[in-house]
Amino acid sequence: MCLAIPGKILSTDGEDFARLARVDFGGIVKEVNLAYVPEAQIGNYVIVHVGFAISVVNEAEANQVFEYLKQMDELGELGELSPEAKAAKKEQ
Amino acid sequence: MKYISEYRDPVAAQEFAQTIRRITTRPWTIMEICGGQTHAIVKFGIDELLPKEITLVHGPGCPVCVTPLELIDKAVQIASRPDVIFCSFGDMLRVPGSKEDLFAVKARGGDVRVLYTPLECLKIARANPDKQVVFFAVGFETTAPAHAMAVYQAKQQGITNFSIIVSHVLVPPAMEAILSAEVCKVQGFLAAGHVCTIMGYDEYFPVAEKHKVPIVVTGFEPLDILQGIAMCVAQLEQGRHEVENQYTRSVKKDGNLPARALIREVFRVVHRKWRGIGEVPESGLALAPEYADFDAERRFGVTEYTAAESPECISGDIMRGLAKPSDCKAFGTRCTPEKPLGAPMVSNEGACAAYYRYRRAELLTVGKAQ
Amino acid sequence: MSSIKDFTLNCPIPISDYPSVTLAHGGGGKLMHQLIERMILPAFKSELLETRHDGAVFNLGGAKLAFTTDSYVVNPLFFPGGDIGSLAINGTVNDLSMCGARPVYLSCGFILEEGLPMETLWAVVQSMKQCAEAAGVQLVTGDTKVVDRGKGDGIFINTAGVGVIENELTIAPASVRAGDAVILSGDIGRHGIAIMAVREGLEFESKIESDCAPLNGAVHKLINAGLDVHCLRDLTRGGLGTTLIEIAEATGLHIAIEETKIAVREDVAGACELLGFDPLYLANEGRFVAFVPEDQAEEAVAVLSREAVSKEAVRIGTVTDGGAGLVTMKSRIGTSRIIDMLSGEQLPRIC
Repeated sequence: MCLAIPGKILSTDGEDFARLARVDFGGIVKEVNLAYVPEAQIGNYVIVHVGFAISVVNEAEANQVFEYLKQMDELGELGELSPEAKAAKKEQ
Repeated sequence: MKYISEYRDPVAAQEFAQTIRRITTRPWTIMEICGGQTHAIVKFGIDELLPKEITLVHGPGCPVCVTPLELIDKAVQIASRPDVIFCSFGDMLRVPGSKEDLFAVKARGGDVRVLYTPLECLKIARANPDKQVVFFAVGFETTAPAHAMAVYQAKQQGITNFSIIVSHVLVPPAMEAILSAEVCKVQGFLAAGHVCTIMGYDEYFPVAEKHKVPIVVTGFEPLDILQGIAMCVAQLEQGRHEVENQYTRSVKKDGNLPARALIREVFRVVHRKWRGIGEVPESGLALAPEYADFDAERRFGVTEYTAAESPECISGDIMRGLAKPSDCKAFGTRCTPEKPLGAPMVSNEGACAAYYRYRRAELLTVGKAQ
Repeated sequence: MSSIKDFTLNCPIPISDYPSVTLAHGGGGKLMHQLIERMILPAFKSELLETRHDGAVFNLGGAKLAFTTDSYVVNPLFFPGGDIGSLAINGTVNDLSMCGARPVYLSCGFILEEGLPMETLWAVVQSMKQCAEAAGVQLVTGDTKVVDRGKGDGIFINTAGVGVIENELTIAPASVRAGDAVILSGDIGRHGIAIMAVREGLEFESKIESDCAPLNGAVHKLINAGLDVHCLRDLTRGGLGTTLIEIAEATGLHIAIEETKIAVREDVAGACELLGFDPLYLANEGRFVAFVPEDQAEEAVAVLSREAVSKEAVRIGTVTDGGAGLVTMKSRIGTSRIIDMLSGEQLPRIC
């Protein structure tokens, strides 16, 4: 219930519930309603669902996934990569 | 694409798989209640990366699937009227009612339009003053703010030829219903990250506490889902049952306050019937009295309606995690995306359709899958 | 609540076959295939039809010819990168090329809706003229009809074409062999998104242009390089996914492809993410796949990359034995999935 994707605010216009933004999704630009993210500014990334920004991406938290992985690696005796992980690394 | 591609990194995915394998010592059954997560799991083959001890079940996370049959029939009836411009998200168009779907109404000449955002309705309503514009307002909490805004702005702007058919459902009551059922195999949950982006995750603490299940708010990209599963398994292995947030780049504990405020303004919580499950108390939304004019069911007088489901369809069991689509005798034979018996086969991310698209041949035993 | 032990075998199915044609039947997916297989093919039994290729190939009076037809019903009539006219010409030129033929003569039938502005018709005709010249074909016969207002989408165009085959190859699904390399001529999804972008309610600011283009030049080079081309097919409706499934089903072989090798432009990918589309099933009008023997794959890619329309040609997979007519794709995270045919057109979704 959840198709929402991140895009970058290029410009904004209007105020309050009528505040709109031009948001860039990898090169495709679409008009998005910013009513629910009054704190959003140009340059921020927002998560957009059916034409509305529902959150501002917390860029500080964006790396959290990789930090968790590193922590788990350090906790475990994960010295040796699995064959699949090795193969994936080789293809990169 | 930024904040998407990074979370599809193949090396990290394999490393997560390895981590999960390392920490798993016993069988665990984990449920996700989110169509978007179901879709991602099947599309990226995430369950292939998990050790066989982990069973992923797909809950009733598809608002399209749980919309009652009667409501589809009402929608079809309203859409068939010549004075109506019927607007909907694409998901709803091919969900079968008792006799027809909205696509068939369009084939007969009905003005049925697919929209990306409900706000478009207001433009259409202004441009067509002699018509009634109706929107099929389906969704979980994620989409409620969009519908709330459409209705709120319509009222502010004095647009009277616009109304909505409300089919909104709420996740925590569904979780509660699944966990309280006599038979429940679910031991841990992945909570829907975009639902929680709106609502926060306060509501899950009592559920986790009462039923002693870990609940991890999870995102939608492969690495998000893998991390969510890892966090859930870690809790299960350690005997913990807390609410944790994996999707921290989007979800805050309180969620989105302006959105929650407008939902409270425009909607009220009601008991709702879930297709395949039955009535779940306080699990849905209806328009608040000040906005009752915008209720399409009232406006078009289609309030009394009953419809019968196909007896073969076991979508209820599937959505409660008691059965997999492959357990259904009609799966892939009498029930296919072209001739669906129930909603999970039609909706793009209904469990059955997802299984059908990506797994069918495996299940019907064909050569090598890779 | 329903449970498995309650079902009986003679319960009515809510929707079985549609009593009338729906849009999904034109979508290039399963419903369209069913319509063709059940309604149309049985009525016109012929060996030529059974090949199920883009055109019919036969000998007539000593010449080896290819013959094809296609109808164009696109809405909107004009879109970034093309219009219904350019589609009509290039579409038929391409179908002939996919048979290994040099396209020569085209026919054109117009069905015009009462009320269509003359300017619009003129623009479409001019576009067709330019495309025909660019492709090196001539329009030699045609027909025009007008229907009542409301009975047509502005313009419907049918083009048929004749081409001559000047090589000894049999370019058809039947020639595909286990071990063949699958080559894709460029990035996918542009046409589908370009059309979607113009339709009401889904407008984007940035212009994604359709990839509508004639492919006969690239095919000509491939054949003239002396390569043993087994099969060619352009990607049109239903996209890369549907095209490969059709070929896998026709040959009974297994086609294995890799997601990371398939190019999708970032803006097309962004639009797909936004609307919930899978680029694998989006329409293309200037892309094709080629099946050549393994040891000629590199050269085929090199030859194609020297032509503008296929400059980003790349090998995306291999044909293997077993797997009975399936297409599988290795995802970017290393897992495999079966590519299945969609039932109808993709619709923008929220879930």
